[in-house]
Order: sequence, then C-alpha cells, then structure tokens
Amino acid sequence: MSDARTLKRPGAGLRLGRFRDLTLVPVIIVLLVAGSFVDPVFLTPGNLTNVLQQQSALALVVLAEALILIAGKFDLSLESTVGMAPAVAVMFVIPVSAGGFGLEIPAALAIPLCLLIGAAIGAFNGFLILRFQLSAFVVTLAMLIVVHGLQLGLTGGKSLFALPESFLYLGGAVWLGLPAAIWITGLLFAAGIAALGYFRAGRSLYAIGGNADAAKAAGIRVDRVLWVVFIVGGTLAALAGVLETGRLGGISANQGVGWIFMVFAAAVIGGVSMDGGKGTILGALTGVLVIGLVENILTLKGVPGEWKQLVYGAIILVALMISRLAGGRAQD
Amino acid sequence: MTSTDSAVVEARGITKRFGPTVALDNAGLTIRAGETHALVGRNGAGKSTLVSILTGLQRPDQGEVLFAGRPAPALADRDAWRARVACVYQRSTIIPALTVAENLFINRQTEGRLINWRALRTRAQGVLDQYGVDIDAGSQAGDLSVEQRQLVEIARALSFGARFIILDEPTAQLDGPAISRLFERMRALREQGVTMMFISHHLEEVYEVCQTVTVFRDAKHVITSPVRDLPHDALVAAMTGEAAVAFEARARKVDAKAPVVLAVSGLGLAGRFQDVDLQVRGGEIVGLAGSGSSGKVGLAESLVGLRRPDTGTISVNGTVPRPGDVPSTLKAGLGFVPQDRHHEGFVPLLSIGENATMPIAHKLGRFGTISSSRRRSRAEGMIQQLDIKTTGPDQPVGDLSGGNAQKVVLARALSDDPSALVVINPTAGVDIKAKRALLGSVEDAAARGAGAVLVSDELDDLRICDRVLVMFHGRVTKELPRGWTDSELVAAMEGID
Ligand SMILES: Nc1ncnc2c1ncn2[C@@H]1O[C@H](COP(=O)(O)OP(=O)(O)OP(=O)(O)O)[C@@H](O)[C@H]1O
Ligand SMILES: [Mg+2]
Repeated sequence: MSDARTLKRPGAGLRLGRFRDLTLVPVIIVLLVAGSFVDPVFLTPGNLTNVLQQQSALALVVLAEALILIAGKFDLSLESTVGMAPAVAVMFVIPVSAGGFGLEIPAALAIPLCLLIGAAIGAFNGFLILRFQLSAFVVTLAMLIVVHGLQLGLTGGKSLFALPESFLYLGGAVWLGLPAAIWITGLLFAAGIAALGYFRAGRSLYAIGGNADAAKAAGIRVDRVLWVVFIVGGTLAALAGVLETGRLGGISANQGVGWIFMVFAAAVIGGVSMDGGKGTILGALTGVLVIGLVENILTLKGVPGEWKQLVYGAIILVALMISRLAGGRAQD
Repeated sequence: MTSTDSAVVEARGITKRFGPTVALDNAGLTIRAGETHALVGRNGAGKSTLVSILTGLQRPDQGEVLFAGRPAPALADRDAWRARVACVYQRSTIIPALTVAENLFINRQTEGRLINWRALRTRAQGVLDQYGVDIDAGSQAGDLSVEQRQLVEIARALSFGARFIILDEPTAQLDGPAISRLFERMRALREQGVTMMFISHHLEEVYEVCQTVTVFRDAKHVITSPVRDLPHDALVAAMTGEAAVAFEARARKVDAKAPVVLAVSGLGLAGRFQDVDLQVRGGEIVGLAGSGSSGKVGLAESLVGLRRPDTGTISVNGTVPRPGDVPSTLKAGLGFVPQDRHHEGFVPLLSIGENATMPIAHKLGRFGTISSSRRRSRAEGMIQQLDIKTTGPDQPVGDLSGGNAQKVVLARALSDDPSALVVINPTAGVDIKAKRALLGSVEDAAARGAGAVLVSDELDDLRICDRVLVMFHGRVTKELPRGWTDSELVAAMEGID
C-alpha cells in the first residue's frame, strides 16, 4: 500500500547492484594518486606487491568475516585463531628444546593440523551459537579470550622461532614472479566471489542473513549452512596465520591481536552490512585494499607511530563517507 | 471429522505448546478439493500456528497431518512439502536486499551448478507474467509496495505447482482495490481447481470468497460449516463465545472552542501529496481516507516525523517540532501507530512491558533508571485495557500472535497520554472484538481531550470519526461530516463525483 510506484526501469536494479560493489574504487584511485605524490617509490611494482603481500593474511580474515557477516552472524575470535592455530600446530612438530610438546610428528603435517585447529574452533563457535542459541557476539568475544589464552598458556607467552621450513614456505615463496601469499589470497577471493555470486549454496548466505525464517521456509538448512560458514571462517583464519607466520618467520605471542578492528573496518567500508544479508566479497576486497594503501602511505610518509592510529581512524571514516555518497544507500 | 477421498488436507487432533502457552489444543480441520476454506478466530486463537504445522515449519506435539489421505512428509523434506502446499505467511518472507527474481527462485536459482542470472531473470519474468503480476523481475524486492510484495509471494507459492495454497491474512495490509484484485485472482485460481485456505479478520471477506468456514476459539476447534449456513452473528458468536453486539460509534460532540492540537498548513511532499491544510481540535477524531496512491499514508507519516515534507508547516500543541524528526514530534505531545509494525512498530525481542512503555521510560524512574515494578504495573494495565492475549508483561512481543502485537503498538502510542494521536491502519490484522477495544481506546483518548487523525482503509474504522477527509492523487478533495454512507465515501475515494 506504499503510495509510490518505485519500480525501476528494467535492468537498472541489477546494474546499480554491480556498481555498488565498486563504490570504493574512486577512493582507491584517490589513494593511488595521493600516494604517488607522497613518495615516488609508492607506485613502483615492488612497493605495490609489497602492500599486497603484507595485507594478504588480513585479507583472508576479512574474507572469513565477510562470509559470516553476510550470513547474519558475527565472529570476533578469528583474530585469536590467527595466532593460536599455527602456534599449537607447530608445537606438535618442533622439539621440546624449541618450545614444542615433544611429540615431533612429521613436519609435513603441521599445515593440515593448523587448518584443522582453525576448523575446530569455528565448529565449536557454531556449536555454542546454534545449539545453545547463544548470541554470536558474546560467544565469540569469550572465545577470543579463551583461544588467545590457550596460546599464551601453552607457549608460556614466548614466541616460537625454530619453525620447520615447510611451514614457512607459503608465506615466503614466490610463484611466477608474485609472492605465493598473493596468489593464494587472490584465488580464495575469486572462489568466494564465484561462490556467493553464482552458486546456490553461496546465495543461501544472503537469504539467511536477510531473513532467516524466510530462508528456512524456502528449504535452506539454516543451521547447517551457518555451521559450515563458521568452520570455513575458522579455517581461513588459520590459513591467514600460516601466511603471516611465513612472512615474519616466527610466531609471536600476540600474532593477530587487535586485527579484528581492521577486519571489521575493511568489511564495513567495503559495503558488508553488520546486520547481515548485504554486501559482497568483491566489496570486502576493495575495503582491504583501502586499508592496505592507507597503511603504506602513512609508512612511506614517515608518520610517527603515535599519530598513525589517529590518521588511520580518520581515513577510515572518510572512506566510509565517500562510499556512502557514491553508493547512495544508507549504510547499516 | 471423517476423512473422505476428496480431502486435500486433513489435520487431526493437533496439539502444540509454546512453553506455558497452549497454541492448539486437540484441534483439526479437513479441507476438500476445490473449496476455498476460511479459518477464523480471535487474535491468538492458533490460526498461524496451524499454518506453520500444515506447511511443515513446525512439528505438532501431538496429532497428525494428512495430504490426500497419506501421512505428511518428513519435516526435513522441504521439497515434498512445497509440492503439496504453498503458503503466503502472515509475516513476509520476502528478502528485501535481493531482487524479485532471486526471491522468486530462492534456493532453487538453478538446476545445474552455476547460476545464470540472465536466465534466472527471464524465468522469473515468465512466472510473474504467467500469474499476471506486473513487476520487473530485476527490481529490488525492498523497493516494492506491500501489495506488490504479496503478489510476488503468491506467484512464488504457485510456481511450485502445489494445488493447495494457504493465505494467512493476505488482506490485512491491502487497501480496497488491491483486495478486489486479490479476490479476482483467488476466484480464477479456484476455477482452475486450486484449493485454498484463507485467514482473515474481515468476516465479510469470508462470505465473499469462501464456501466453508472453520472457527477456532482458545486453541480449540469450535465449528466447521458451509458459509451460507452460518450467518454473520452466529459466526461472531462462535468466535467470541458470546452473543454478537453491533458496534456503535459513540455519539460525541466536538467543542468548537477546544484548542487546536494539530495544525497543518500548505504541507507538500514531492510525488506524495500537495497543499494539505488540516486542523484537529482537542476531542476531535479526523479520518483520512483514500486509495493506496492517494498519499494519505505519506501525509500521516509526515505528521509524525517519519518523513520530512518539502513545503508547509506542522504544529503540535502550538509548538513546531523539527520537521522529519520523530523524537521532537513525540516530545511535542504526539503519539502514533505506524503502518508497518514489523519495521517501526516494536522491538521483537523486548518484552511487552518494555515495548509498551518505551515513550514514558523517563517517567518510570529517576536519573535514567527504570523502575521495573512500575513498568510492570503500567504494562499490566495496558494488557487489560486492550485485551492483549499473552502470558504476561514479560513475554517478548515477537512471540505474540500478529493481532496482539498490533495492540502493543497502540498501547505504546497511548502510553504518554498524547494530546495528538496519529494512527495508521490500527486495526490491520486485529480481530473483531479487539478492533472495538482498539477503536474504543482511540475514542477514550478523544474523550480525554486528545485530537486524533485516523488513517484507515476500512470504512468501519472511519465511522468513529467526526469528519473524514478524502484524498485523491495527493490532494484533499472532499470532507465528509459524520453520517456519510459507504457509497458516498467510496465514490469520493475513487474520484468519481
Ligand atoms: N514462537 C512462539 N513462542 C511463544 N508463543 C507463541 C509462538 N508462536 C505463537 N505463540 C502463541 O501461540 C498463540 C497462538 O498464536 P497464533 O500466532 O497461532 O495466533 P493467530 O490465531 O494466528 O492470531 P492472529 O489473528 O493475531 O494472527 C498466541 O498466544 C501466541 O502468543
Ligand atoms: Mg496469525
């Protein structure tokens, strides 16, 4: 009974929808231009590759969080998984003298084990949230503390340095001229974009996040899908941990700590709604790029560490406003 | 009830509890092939609960459902359910952020692996065209009007090929012409042999489109009868358990010297309405009538601050609230019932008490605290006054039946003793007895000196008004004093005179 006939011309809806993913593109262009003025080094392939490599681990966590947010849930514990999963997996491999458990299982098992731990954390989150109908926010907030606490307890708060070569490989290798981490992250994002754009299972995340009752009535197994999403999320966070470990060559006690703010910032400026059901993986990717470019420019410009946070936060706010203006729709 | 060969669906001895609430108590019904079967009963009688059991969304605690004499499929087998029964639920199952095409084919976007969006849209447009729904499949579902959304739901329901359709209060949110269009559609479907179950609180609609009627009262089956054997009063008596009394609007006289509580001059909003002047005195009830595109809802929403008008001024109680600002309008002494209760009406997870007392929270305690005992007692008063069917003030509003949730919204509007009241379709989805209670409380508010604007698609609601303004294409075209006839009002609404 709404008074207005609000139908758009054929096609307008879909085409606008495409553009909405790309509202941050102008921001990225502005950043590229601004960066080239700040420092001539900025626009060199070497520097840009560097930006991408540095962001690849964070990007995987953003991918995980975007999937979970689109499905209408929340996971804060991902950042703790980034540190804990690789740390514990590696401790099964390395000798006691290096801080391990003394089990010394074959080094080739470390990465699969790490991913498995991530999956298990996601599964446990899903179990608490879906079976006990608890709030995702509170459950994963508690899990953020529990998982990080587990890492601190098991490692005694120490960093792990004597890591098996194979575990570091992915974070440092170069394939066809680009760091392996960029390939891996790129491929996983491509898979995410395809899954959420062109597969029924992926589209069901939008239905669940948009209206869970309607999704249920349409025959979507809401709980099962959500559970899988939590498990995929945990696994991606663990993989992010592997890449980050390889890039830095060790696992410090606070690997991943504090990431979750950046993760949410990237997802939200990329157009992923905190209320669920809205946003795209491509949008989330542009969010990551904005964050990465800003960070790089601040570093090149030599902004003192104490001021970085402030500038960082302010730029995120500006990016939000620009994407809102360009997108034209209210951001939730 | 005996099962016959021609029974499309049969529910036997169904019992369903939600905690302490018994929603269905050994109730059942049988629907025969080809008939349009009405299910009526007061708010909270268990109608929607039966719908969710008949469509396989919920499992009954006891009892069984049979389709064409055979046991219903397993709950997990959604496809099997959808091949047998299609449903337009009381709560919309359209997902606003997705396109119409995707909503139509949700979870079956493709047979194969990859979704071909172009093909999907063509298929969706085909379905819409087939059922005569004039909507572009590529538009966003969130941009559709209530009627259009409902048409999409109906088209979707039919597209599964089920020959049995349930419509749970489809007319509650529609205006007159939209309802006629829906009924035409329903008659055409019946001619094609489709069986339907129809739920409504508008009993005249039952007589218009249904052949058989079943009445539920307090979670129990009361009677099933051919519609023609159960005249209106007998039907009301079966629903309420007491003899029907005709509703009389109270005789009232407006004091011509009473202060003006709501004054509007030169109000306009591009594309919605223009040049509206309106003065409502304390103790007066002014009706706003008009078709769906008349702009009456837009006007009312501007009065309460939900929309910001382009031109003109609004003053409440002599003060001019910030245009387009709900809190300052409320502060000026206005209470309102929004059209879309699921959007703007209430917070589903909060209790009745919290929802109903939201505007007066500051009066229930000091320094930003809220005294829960005072809130309880206020809420209990409202529950009684409006006859809300609930386990108590602590029940979340999301668990209430549709009509009872609507009463909570009105309770909230009245909680602050507003001096001006704007209510939009307050009786949508409200049963016949509760409707009287709701309209009665608007009349009570007027008797206490409040001025009210009542927007409604139902002629009966407008009878309590001292005068009715009729809008047509965004302008007030006619003013009818008390004592108008239906045909007079309808003619004015359709712009013929
Ligand atoms: N999920 C739920 N949790 C708790 N109580 C519920 C739930 N669903 C329904 N109820 C209760 O069951 C009773 C029957 O509700 P139902 O929705 O079937 O009523 P209805 O006949 O459809 O009413 P209306 O005409 O207002 O839509 C109500 O008292 C309601 O509060
Ligand atoms: Mg109902």
